[in-house]
Amino acid sequence: MKLFEYARAADAREALERFRPGTMYLGGGTNLVDLMRLGVARPDFLVDVTRLPYDTIDADGDGLRIGAAVRNSDLAAHPAVRERYPMLARAVLSGASGQVRNMATTAGNLLQRTRCPYFQDVSRPCNKRRPASGCPAIPGDHENLAILGHSEQCVATHPSDMAVALAALGAQVHVTGPASDRVVPIPGLHRLPGAEPERDTVLTPGELITAITLPPPPPGRSHYRKVRERASFAFALVSVAAVLDVDEASDTVRDCRIALGGVAHVPWRAERAEAALRGAPATEEEFVRAAEAELAEARPLPRNAYKVPLARNLIVRTLQELIP
Amino acid sequence: MAEMTLRVNGSVRELDVDPRTSLLDLLRERLGLTGTKKGCDHGQCGACTVLLDGRRANACLALAVACDGSEVTTVEGLGGAADGDEPHPLQTAFVERDAFQCGYCTPGQLCSAAGMLAERGPSAVTADLTDDPPLTPEEIRERMSGNLCRCGAYVNIVAAIQEAAR
Ligand SMILES: Cc1cc2nc3c(=O)[nH]c(=O)nc-3n(C[C@H](O)[C@H](O)[C@H](O)COP(=O)(O)OP(=O)(O)OC[C@H]3O[C@@H](n4cnc5c(N)ncnc54)[C@H](O)[C@@H]3O)c2cc1C
Ligand code: SF4
Repeated sequence: MKLFEYARAADAREALERFRPGTMYLGGGTNLVDLMRLGVARPDFLVDVTRLPYDTIDADGDGLRIGAAVRNSDLAAHPAVRERYPMLARAVLSGASGQVRNMATTAGNLLQRTRCPYFQDVSRPCNKRRPASGCPAIPGDHENLAILGHSEQCVATHPSDMAVALAALGAQVHVTGPASDRVVPIPGLHRLPGAEPERDTVLTPGELITAITLPPPPPGRSHYRKVRERASFAFALVSVAAVLDVDEASDTVRDCRIALGGVAHVPWRAERAEAALRGAPATEEEFVRAAEAELAEARPLPRNAYKVPLARNLIVRTLQELIP
Repeated sequence: MAEMTLRVNGSVRELDVDPRTSLLDLLRERLGLTGTKKGCDHGQCGACTVLLDGRRANACLALAVACDGSEVTTVEGLGGAADGDEPHPLQTAFVERDAFQCGYCTPGQLCSAAGMLAERGPSAVTADLTDDPPLTPEEIRERMSGNLCRCGAYVNIVAAIQEAAR
C-alpha cells in the first residue's frame, strides 16, 4: 500500500479545508481500504469523515433525512425506515454481511466502486482505472456486467443494493463543496460510462456528501428482490426495487416505480416500464409487456445474455407479489 | 507514524503506528494477539471479526489509525473473568456442540456471534420488518453469513449459537 497521511475531520468545514489534490474522504473504509490494498486507489491523504455530525436519521415531517455517516446497519434497523420505507431496509439488509454493514456508511455505500474483476486487478488494462488503456471485460469475463447503458469503453455495473431502492424512492443527495452546496437526485448522481468511465458520478473533486433525503413514501406496496449466486453475502446478478399502487376498484395501476440493480453503470430507473404500466390493468400480461418494453433497449454481451430474461422475470414476479 | 490509543480487551495501549497498518495486523503483529485470524484480507471470510466499540467488524478492513480512541474486544477477551480464563457461553457451546474442525474460522465465528446476539432489528430473511424476530436457525444462518467455514461445520455452529442464545 502506498504511504499516506491520515487526519480526522470534526466537521464539514474542516474536511473541505483539508482537501487537496490526492486526498480521498474515508468512510467505513470497507471499499476504499480494500482498493488501497489492491493498489487501485492510491491517495496521498485520507480525511476521515466518519466523525462528522452526520450520524443521525431525522424522521420529523413526512420524509426522512439520513446523515452521510449513518452506518448501513443502523439505517436498516431504524424504526422509521422499517415502517415507512421497508424496501430500503430490505435493500440494505440484502447487501454485504453484518460486519460490513456495521462499518459501511451511507455516503460510502453510494460511492463504492464496481466489482468488475479487471478494475480490481492492477496487472490488467481497464479504462475506468487507467483511461484509454482498454476494456478487457468486453472480450473477456463480463458474466456479471452491464446489459443496459454501457459503452464501448466500459461495461461495468454499479454494485450497491441500497442505491437501487433510493433510485425507486426518488432520493436527493445533499452535497457540500469548495464552491457551493448542491442537491443531486438519484438517479442523477451516478452517470453512464460513455467515453469517461473513470467518472462514476457527477461529483467533482472535494465534494462531500452530507445527507440523503427521502420524499414521503410513495403510495402502494413495495419490495426489493435480489438474485445472486448464493443465498446470502453476494453481490446482485440482478435486483429490482418496485413500488406498485393499484386502484382496487378497477384493478388498474395508478402509479409504479421500478429500479434495477446489477444491469448498468447506474442504479437503473426503468422509466419505460413505468410508463407502460401507468393506467394499465394490473395483470401478469401487462407486467410482461412493461418489462419487455424496458429490456428492448438491452444490449447483452455474449456471456451475460442470461440477465435479460432474469431481469424480465424478476420484474414480473416482484410486481405480481405487490398486487393487493 | 501516527500516535493513537486503543483499549484492547480492557487494557489501554498507547501506540505509534504506520497509517497503512490494519487493525488486524496491529492486533496480531504488534500486540501479539494472534487469536484474531487473517483469512482473505478483503472482508469476505470473517476470520478477522472483532468487536469494535461493541459492534462486530472486519479488522482487516479497518485502518488502525481510524480506530484511535476505540475499544476492541478480540477472542482473547471474550470470556468473562478478569484473567480471561472463564469461557464465554458461546465458547462453551462451541465446544459442547463440536462447532469446528480445524478451528481457523472459530475466533471470528465467536466474535461475530457475540456481536450478532447483541444486535436488534430484522435481517434479510425476516418476514415482518417491524418485528424483532426469534432467533431461528434460518435467522442465525443469514446473520452469520459474513463468516465462512471451509470445513463446513455450519450445522453445529448454528446449533451452538442457538444454544448460547437461550
Ligand atoms: C465482502 C463484501 C461484500 C459486499 N457485498 C455487498 C453487497 O452485496 N451489496 C452492496 O450493496 N454492497 C456490498 N458491499 C459493499 C459495501 O456496501 C461498501 O463497501 C460500503 O457500503 C462502502 O461504505 P464505506 O463507508 O465503507 O465506504 P468507504 O470504503 O470508506 O468509501 C467508499 C468511497 O466513498 C467515498 N466517500 C465516503 N464518504 C464520503 C462522503 N461523505 N462524501 C464523499 N465521498 C465519500 C470514499 O472516498 C470512497 O471513494 C460489500 C463489501 C464487501 C467488503
Ligand atoms: S468494464 Fe469498465 S471497469 Fe471493467 S475492465 Fe472494462 S473499463 Fe474497466
